[in-house]
Amino acid sequence: MSKTTNILLAGVGGQGILLASEVLSEVVLLAGLDVKKNEIHGMSQRGGSVVSHVRYGEKVYSSIIPEGEVDILFSFEMLETCRYLPLLRPNGRVVMNDWKIAPPSVALGKQPYPADLAETIRLQHPSTTVVNGLELALAAGNSKTVNTVLLGALSQTLDFDPQLWQTALRKMIPERLLEVNLKAFALGCGEH
Amino acid sequence: MDAKVLLSGNEAIARASYEAGVLVACAYPGTPSTEILENITRYKEIDASWAPNEKVALEVGIGASFGGARAIVTMKHVGVNVAADPLFTLSYTGVRGGLVLVTADDPELHSSQNEQDNRNFAKFAKVPMFEPSDSQEALDFTKLAFAVSEQFDTPVFLRSTTRISHSKSVVNIAERPQEIPQPKLSRDPAKLVMLPGNARKRHVVVEQRIKDLEEWSCSQPFNRIEDGAGEVGVITSGVSYQYVKEILPEADVLKIGMVYPLPRQLIRDFAARNHQTLYVIEELDPFIEEQIRAMGIKVVGKEKLSLCGELTPGRLQQGLFGGSVATEDTSAELPQRPPNMCPGCPHRGIFMELNRAKAYVTGDIGCYTLGFMPPLSAMDTCVCMGASIGNATGISKVLSAEEQRKVVAVIGDSTFLHTGINGLMDMVYNQSTATVIILDNRITAMTGRQENPASGYTLSEQPTYQVDLEQLCRAVGVKNVRIIDPYNISLTRKTIREEMARPEVSVIISSRPCVLVPRDNLERRSPLYVDHDKCTGCQACLRLGCPAITWDSDKKKSNIDKIICVGCKVCQQTCGFDAFQEYGDQS
Repeated sequence: MSKTTNILLAGVGGQGILLASEVLSEVVLLAGLDVKKNEIHGMSQRGGSVVSHVRYGEKVYSSIIPEGEVDILFSFEMLETCRYLPLLRPNGRVVMNDWKIAPPSVALGKQPYPADLAETIRLQHPSTTVVNGLELALAAGNSKTVNTVLLGALSQTLDFDPQLWQTALRKMIPERLLEVNLKAFALGCGEH
Repeated sequence: MDAKVLLSGNEAIARASYEAGVLVACAYPGTPSTEILENITRYKEIDASWAPNEKVALEVGIGASFGGARAIVTMKHVGVNVAADPLFTLSYTGVRGGLVLVTADDPELHSSQNEQDNRNFAKFAKVPMFEPSDSQEALDFTKLAFAVSEQFDTPVFLRSTTRISHSKSVVNIAERPQEIPQPKLSRDPAKLVMLPGNARKRHVVVEQRIKDLEEWSCSQPFNRIEDGAGEVGVITSGVSYQYVKEILPEADVLKIGMVYPLPRQLIRDFAARNHQTLYVIEELDPFIEEQIRAMGIKVVGKEKLSLCGELTPGRLQQGLFGGSVATEDTSAELPQRPPNMCPGCPHRGIFMELNRAKAYVTGDIGCYTLGFMPPLSAMDTCVCMGASIGNATGISKVLSAEEQRKVVAVIGDSTFLHTGINGLMDMVYNQSTATVIILDNRITAMTGRQENPASGYTLSEQPTYQVDLEQLCRAVGVKNVRIIDPYNISLTRKTIREEMARPEVSVIISSRPCVLVPRDNLERRSPLYVDHDKCTGCQACLRLGCPAITWDSDKKKSNIDKIICVGCKVCQQTCGFDAFQEYGDQS
């Protein structure tokens, strides 16, 4: 693998994006590759739009993904998928959660939540994977495991040994939540 | 034990402090520096503490160094402004134990009020500065900085930026030295008592020290040349180096690890390669570029790259070669998602009432700066930590008696203790008339919930003395101090209006812990719901801007998201139709 792989995680503060990017980075590290990840903390966490960059390969320089070179847009919310879509390569992939969170202007009734986002995204990127994260998280037994469900779906588009994901999850997730998260991950992978 | 781990720049600096045998770490929290001290608490060998402000933090670090221990002091870029007073004289005294001052700059103002380039402080204070370009260098350069501090008898800056502090990359870690000698007193007044007679002599030492450092640094591996194809040369440092490697992979690169003093002989040698183009690539100010131009060397720099904002691979590509940069979708049809106060935030009702009272609000730095955002829209100024109170005094001086009554300073508990208390002393001493609201949520919230002298806990979560804000205000001479629960909206409204009308200084302490601090919020409250039979669609509740309240455009009614509602009941008090109900009320 000579080329650097660029994954952009996007969503809303509080959705567990940072933990997801930690797990992904750990998998890469376990696979013996160079990895860098980057995100902004502080003010943007207060319910704002959040992104995390993860880059890996033989040698990674910039921790910011060069603009327009995102290979996989891994998004936790539909509006945020649309917001960061222009950063995707022409032949890039989208793995996205089928979920809407109203931003303030929508909550206040000043602006509609854009309609038909999933269709718009699919038209531009036919290979888009849409995951019903909440439904699968509830099936796993905990609504807060949406991020782990989504990681499961992401893992299907990447080439890492499934065992590495298991190892990373066991390392990063507290013992008492491990079982439900492993189940959520399996459901995200498409295992029933 | 040597091991490969994934660390952020901040975690790497914390780890380096451990590996360097640091005994004392002190800081005031500030994005993007905060996690350094939080991570240092993992290492029980290090005495780590939050100071009330950056000046005190540095003074504590200086004391530890004078005692003979290695000390690290960390802050965000604007924190160095606060710590500048001790810093400039510390440069003269030098150190006993190594002292490293970390400045975490914030190009792009991700979470700051300006984007000052603190490399200028190194030159101004005549203090050497290392600038790492990833987490491994953050660790290596921090350890190196301690060695340099002791070798050259100087404090040393380590400059990080948001993209270094908050990026993770692979780091090799090592162990702490087995034995750290017990520090003990040693008197050296000619070096440490900066009366004019002593300080004049020390200034000569400082100037010689910078010359010595420059000469030494020319042959050190942290300033290195990476050979490329030889046509293009680049001089760069810090995070910019990474973007150069992306965009100009064929260039010869002079990577500077110590950005002050610059290794001028090494730069001359590099420039003598006669590249077709010699670039200086740096974020923000032309700090390196101007010094190289002053050496008479022709370079290309800020005519290609912006003085504002951070560099990115795309912006560097565009600056050097033109073209466009892909950006996120900013079109108007796509609703923006700005940050907002949390559901149940105790600040929300205060700002709604300030808006209704048409107050002119001098604001301050904290979560409550979000009181600026619509629909609360109740903040008129925000300058720096602690400024709200002085600003209120000053503006009141020039207004008519009628307009004076509109002036209200708003400041958080941590910010008040940081530098607001001095402003309050002045307000009373010089007989101002303004009203001050201290938003006491008992935590330093915006930076991620750090303890402070009014929270009752230390950095390591040990119970400690809790500053009594009411008594403190009374002690500086405020006669009118009132404490309110900001969840009680009618009391909040009445108190704000009464104190605004009073023609002398008054302080309102809004007392309610941050909803994100579980320690102070043991009482679980049931979420509310909107009874659509009672809701008239008047939208009064929407004036709160609570993320839990959403407007149903079809039904023309409000709704509550019960997943995120914390049951503060502030919305219930804005409703004239009794539409906000507790689930328990449902019959």
